[in-house]
Amino acid sequence: MILSGELIHFGNITKEFFGIRALAGITLSMPSGQIVGLVGENGAGKSTLMNVLGGVFAPDAGSMIWQGRPYSPEGPADATREGIAFIHQELNLFGNLSIADNLFIDGFPRVRRLGVLKRGTANRLARQRLEAVALECPVNTPVENLTPGEQQLVEIARALGRNARLIILDEPTSSLTQNERERLFGLMNELRKGGCTLVFISHNLDEVLRMSDRIVVMRDGCVVSTGEKREYTVERMITDMVGRQINNLYPEKTSRASEEVLLRVEGLSRSGTVDDVSFVLHRGEILGLFGLMGSGRTELARILFGLDSFSAGNLEAIGRPLGGHKPAKSISRGLAFVTENRRDEGLLMEGTIESNVALAALRRRAFSRWSVWIRGGAIRERTLRTAGELRLHAADLRRQPARNLSGGNQQKAVIAKWLLTEPKILILDEPTRGIDIGAKYEIYTIMNNLAAEGAGILFISSELEELAATCDRILVMSNGRIHGEFSRGAFDEKAILEAAFEGLRIGGTKR
Amino acid sequence: MSHLRKRITTACGWLLADHFILVLTVVFFLVMWRIYPSMGGARNLANISSNMWPLLTLVIGQMFVLLVGGIDLSQTSIMAVTSVTGSMIMTLRLDPARFQDNPLWGVVLSESGGLLAGHVLAVPTAVILMLTIGACIGLINGLAVARLRMPPFMVTLVTMSFFSGFAIYLTRSENIMHLPESFIVIGRGGLGPVPYAMMIAFLTAVAAWTILNRMVLGRWIYAVGINRKTAVVSGVPCAGVIVAAYVFSGLCATSAAILYSARLEAGRPTLGQHLLLDVIGAAVIGGISLFGGKGKVRWAVYGVAFFVVLDNSLNKMPLNFYAVDIIKGAVILMAAVLDVLRNLLSQRSPARAGA
Repeated sequence: MILSGELIHFGNITKEFFGIRALAGITLSMPSGQIVGLVGENGAGKSTLMNVLGGVFAPDAGSMIWQGRPYSPEGPADATREGIAFIHQELNLFGNLSIADNLFIDGFPRVRRLGVLKRGTANRLARQRLEAVALECPVNTPVENLTPGEQQLVEIARALGRNARLIILDEPTSSLTQNERERLFGLMNELRKGGCTLVFISHNLDEVLRMSDRIVVMRDGCVVSTGEKREYTVERMITDMVGRQINNLYPEKTSRASEEVLLRVEGLSRSGTVDDVSFVLHRGEILGLFGLMGSGRTELARILFGLDSFSAGNLEAIGRPLGGHKPAKSISRGLAFVTENRRDEGLLMEGTIESNVALAALRRRAFSRWSVWIRGGAIRERTLRTAGELRLHAADLRRQPARNLSGGNQQKAVIAKWLLTEPKILILDEPTRGIDIGAKYEIYTIMNNLAAEGAGILFISSELEELAATCDRILVMSNGRIHGEFSRGAFDEKAILEAAFEGLRIGGTKR
Repeated sequence: MSHLRKRITTACGWLLADHFILVLTVVFFLVMWRIYPSMGGARNLANISSNMWPLLTLVIGQMFVLLVGGIDLSQTSIMAVTSVTGSMIMTLRLDPARFQDNPLWGVVLSESGGLLAGHVLAVPTAVILMLTIGACIGLINGLAVARLRMPPFMVTLVTMSFFSGFAIYLTRSENIMHLPESFIVIGRGGLGPVPYAMMIAFLTAVAAWTILNRMVLGRWIYAVGINRKTAVVSGVPCAGVIVAAYVFSGLCATSAAILYSARLEAGRPTLGQHLLLDVIGAAVIGGISLFGGKGKVRWAVYGVAFFVVLDNSLNKMPLNFYAVDIIKGAVILMAAVLDVLRNLLSQRSPARAGA
């Protein structure tokens, strides 16, 4: 029995976490067979609401009606049974298992009673399901060999296999290439035609506007506005999200590059990832590094920072050669590296904010005597000051684990960690991914100020717009090589994109 | 529904609280004292105390390894090897009938005892040698884990097997008796009412606390245990930190070996054979996480106190020793489940308050 109209209705849902109100009485309906764009800044309550729907959290008060019946899941399994699938930003697949195994991990076809797996049947079913998501790939391929986009399709196929009526996609496009995005969007449209409802959570407002039938904007645990797509523009979404008009997405550029070279890279190579890369980074400069996923930009950053070795070329930082170095040496030379993945490489999620912020600077004389004894007072004082300067919002720096911070504040904690080392060369790899507009603006401002104070910044991003707004120069990387350099004033979006794809055409279809 | 959840949340808050185990220990002791009045007697209290100190030094060492996300199964074999080698240096007399076919007979050992039998420096030399050996075995463990990236479980299982075998080989399975009085006093004597064993355990605890809370190394130990990748990016010398943890564990195991050998007045190749579960059990009961990155010296003390009191009360009950082992095992299992629950809870409840 499919009711036309409402698929799910939230009635006055509230949820508190230790006195902090995450959801303040949400009343909302979602019709079936539509794509609902859910937007809001980090901490607005989007994920909490979806977790309530997905049975992860029980609401403190309020009720839900699912397909016309009261619905109060005891856990995620209940939600799955009802046909609600939650596809998280970090995918839930077993990398070492094949696609087929992943699809049937919780219900493998068996010969009745014997418990013997029917592999033939499983493979046939798996093939059908992959067809449904238009993924052409042998079903025995291990999932870890797939690109992030393909892995996502496997997750969707698994959700469809459980007869999902509602699929929640949390930031599904943040790690996809342009082609993969288009493919996902195509699939989303197909699913909608088939009667599925999709909740599309994303910080990329253009995409939300393009794909959705309805828009829901949240702020501070409330639904601030909701309506048909045609009532919305990106500007209106932003205004609703932040509660005020934002005229500038980017701060005014105040820094200016000098002639002094901080970092010189000559002919840097590492087989398979980085190929004969040369560039210089000046004092006071924000140097953009644009490239698609897999272009070798992250690999380049890792080599510069000493996390990976290089096979050929020269590296010179602050006038002295650098090579065969470890991160500790890079840090002492004034390098800092805000990694792409703050969860795995940027933060100690279970550690306190203070222990995170202090970590990289522990050996500095200001914070420890002979690199042995800690000066706790100095650390505390600097942590507090830097957190204040960056406007890092936290309840208690000394006790609160980093895990409890919202995405934007987590990123600020990572930046604070590096500021304590007083870096001269900052490498930032996708520093604004997955954080909201307000926090993005603040991070651009921090970069701007650091450059104005004389640091050199290498800003890696796959969002051309933010690079164009903040950088002095942009390098374009593709297939491990630098394929173009553009100076401020001569930024040409089309030319930059062409350069980014150029390497792919020359280098063939390399992942 | 939500009432039940709230109640569960409150209960969870209790379980997550810092002093939960200490309170539990005291309550448990008082209950047992009611049932078995001899629990509170002076002799029994002294007994509890003397069981506590060597176990505490072991658990503190184990904690360092658990903190960096490892496990040290070789502690007991370190005890056996160091107990035997130390005794071989300082023993005053050996029975030829038992030791004649020992590989070291005539080289280090003779009828008139060990290498330095009777010498003024016999005891200090023996102690220094023991500590060196303990540290070296820790070093082997640490290097294999950190440099060769072998799983800690495998590495320390192998060193456990190898060195306990080696200790038996060295002595042909004989206990080495007749240790000098100045050594035995470590296990028996004390400064006034304060036993030396307690002082040694206390010093170990203070050293551990200082490392963890006042030294850069301590911050690094937690960092490596919580997330090694992040630690690497932040310039932490992870390999060195891991090696340090295993060396510290080896030193602690040696200290425990000194205390036990002195108390038993013998070097034993089988010393500590049944202690492994006690050590890891006490650590887990105290709340030191098997997943790494979580643990405090205070928790080690609580865990050991509870475990020793439990052990003591079980011995008072009319149970045969299989039953004692079964109960101990069950309690440790519960503690391990609790560890998993705690991890789950702390990840689920106050987390993601908005994200």
